Amino acid sequence: MEQNNIILSFKGAITSELLTSVLQIMEAKMDDLNESTKTKRKVFNVLVECLQNLYHHIDDFEVTGSAEEISKKKSAVFLISRNDGFYRVVTGNFLLDENVPKLTDRIDLINSMDRSELNAFYKSVLNNGEMSAKGGGGLGFIDIAKKSKQKLEYNFEKVDDVHSFFTLIVKIEQL
Amino acid sequence: MDNLTIEGSAKTPTVEFKTEGVLLLKGRSIPENSIEFYKPILDWIGNYGNNVKDTTEVNIQLEYFNTSSSKCILDVFKKLETLSGTNITINWFYEEDDEDMLEAGEDYQAIIDIPFKMIEVEEL
Repeated sequence: MEQNNIILSFKGAITSELLTSVLQIMEAKMDDLNESTKTKRKVFNVLVECLQNLYHHIDDFEVTGSAEEISKKKSAVFLISRNDGFYRVVTGNFLLDENVPKLTDRIDLINSMDRSELNAFYKSVLNNGEMSAKGGGGLGFIDIAKKSKQKLEYNFEKVDDVHSFFTLIVKIEQL
Repeated sequence: MDNLTIEGSAKTPTVEFKTEGVLLLKGRSIPENSIEFYKPILDWIGNYGNNVKDTTEVNIQLEYFNTSSSKCILDVFKKLETLSGTNITINWFYEEDDEDMLEAGEDYQAIIDIPFKMIEVEEL
């Protein structure tokens, strides 16, 4: 990816304040780039879900070891770029290997669905009465797929005995 | 009981719930933890249930909401569904060509047993 296509990138701890700032910066950038209202809405929506996914899942596991090791495993990365008529939101975070199959199945299932299946799936999960302690309800990936209208690209890379690194790439067409 | 007024912020909507039966949710609802934010809203509707007016008008004018809020918004509608002795209308506002917001309103309409009015506006 060409360096000059990157609008914003970050590596470190994900806080609520950071996300507020990033969203503000991205809205201002898209205004500067004269993006259409439709594009701005789609990118904003997808960005919120992707970044809040990072925020909610960074505390899903305990890390032992040096302070440096802990800080590294609790960090996440994200990158927003614009190229060839598409915005790309790329996120990366560490997770426990045991979560890989579940996540793979979830994304593959969503990627296998057409538009009407996705809409029906969204509605059934919306109304399933389940809510996590953090207020997520299993709708994140479905919503990202619905709004971006693209298949979700992802990758898992083994980093040590128990952890993998999860990369998610979401494309949003400029409208 | 008192009106419920919460000023909007970068991540939370303006809330103006009036005891005279006009309820407004406006702006952005994208907090990381939406359960906390929606708790007083649900509580207020519970109290309103004991003091309902003949008609209740609910105006939802959201520009953005995240998936964490979507279940809470459903809970708000479900709580409204339990009210008796008042005619409720939900006005779902969306900006022209915001098909995602219209679709979201239609999803709630399909689940909730209260009349919805879809209202297209130029700008929210």
